[in-house]
Amino acid sequence: MNKDEYKKLVEEYTPKEKKLKNAFLAFLVGGAIGFFGQVIVTILETSFGVETKDAYIWLCIFIILIASLLTSFGFFDNWVSKCKAGLILPTTGFAHSVTSAALDYRKDGLITGLGSNFFKLAGSVLLYGIISGFFFGVLGVIFYG
Amino acid sequence: MIYLNAFLLAGTLCLLGELILDNTKLTPGHVTSLFTVLGSFLAFLGIYDKLIEWGGAGATVIISNFGNMLYQGVIEGYHEMGVLGLFTGVLTKSSAAIATSVIVAFLLSFLFKPKN
Repeated sequence: MNKDEYKKLVEEYTPKEKKLKNAFLAFLVGGAIGFFGQVIVTILETSFGVETKDAYIWLCIFIILIASLLTSFGFFDNWVSKCKAGLILPTTGFAHSVTSAALDYRKDGLITGLGSNFFKLAGSVLLYGIISGFFFGVLGVIFYG
Repeated sequence: MIYLNAFLLAGTLCLLGELILDNTKLTPGHVTSLFTVLGSFLAFLGIYDKLIEWGGAGATVIISNFGNMLYQGVIEGYHEMGVLGLFTGVLTKSSAAIATSVIVAFLLSFLFKPKN
């Protein structure tokens, strides 16, 4: 059996089950974040009289705080490599990418390290978010007034 | 049942992301950017508001909500200040997310060392 055949054989057997497991785990973890997020929003609304719109913003801040702290403690890298999209797609992923870049490059100095690498990973989300938000916004203004 | 909806919506979006990650060569950076753009596109179609109505926090914890907030900021800015508002408004709503992650990450980088 040559290398290519072997590769094919490996591909045929291993990843399918792993993909299924990954997908299930992402669904479960992502769903759990949505669920607990909703619990926090409801608590803020009913016990603290926060408006729904503001409650979502508070939730966003809490999630970023928690994810950044967990990244600093060193737990999050492991979890992300296991749960992948379940932790990358929620706001936790954004916070994780900013904090881990900050921690990793801090040793290279305040400007050339921390400053220039701060948005190394989250930069594309910011860039394409602002570009698409702006142009779809302009389209929205044109279409809906 | 808003809690179940939140679970299902956030879970399904993450499942979609995982399927893209596992079956294509796209990296997490691609997928998060894609979802952000998708979020502002869905906001443009008027769908994102409905998703939030149906799934509550399930729709707002996902990065696509970042695109939605950027879109809403542009629209709100236009209604308040006209054309100038397109530029001043775009970052208003998403400011909480950007500012929090910048401030927190900056402070934490002085307190902690990277683990690996």
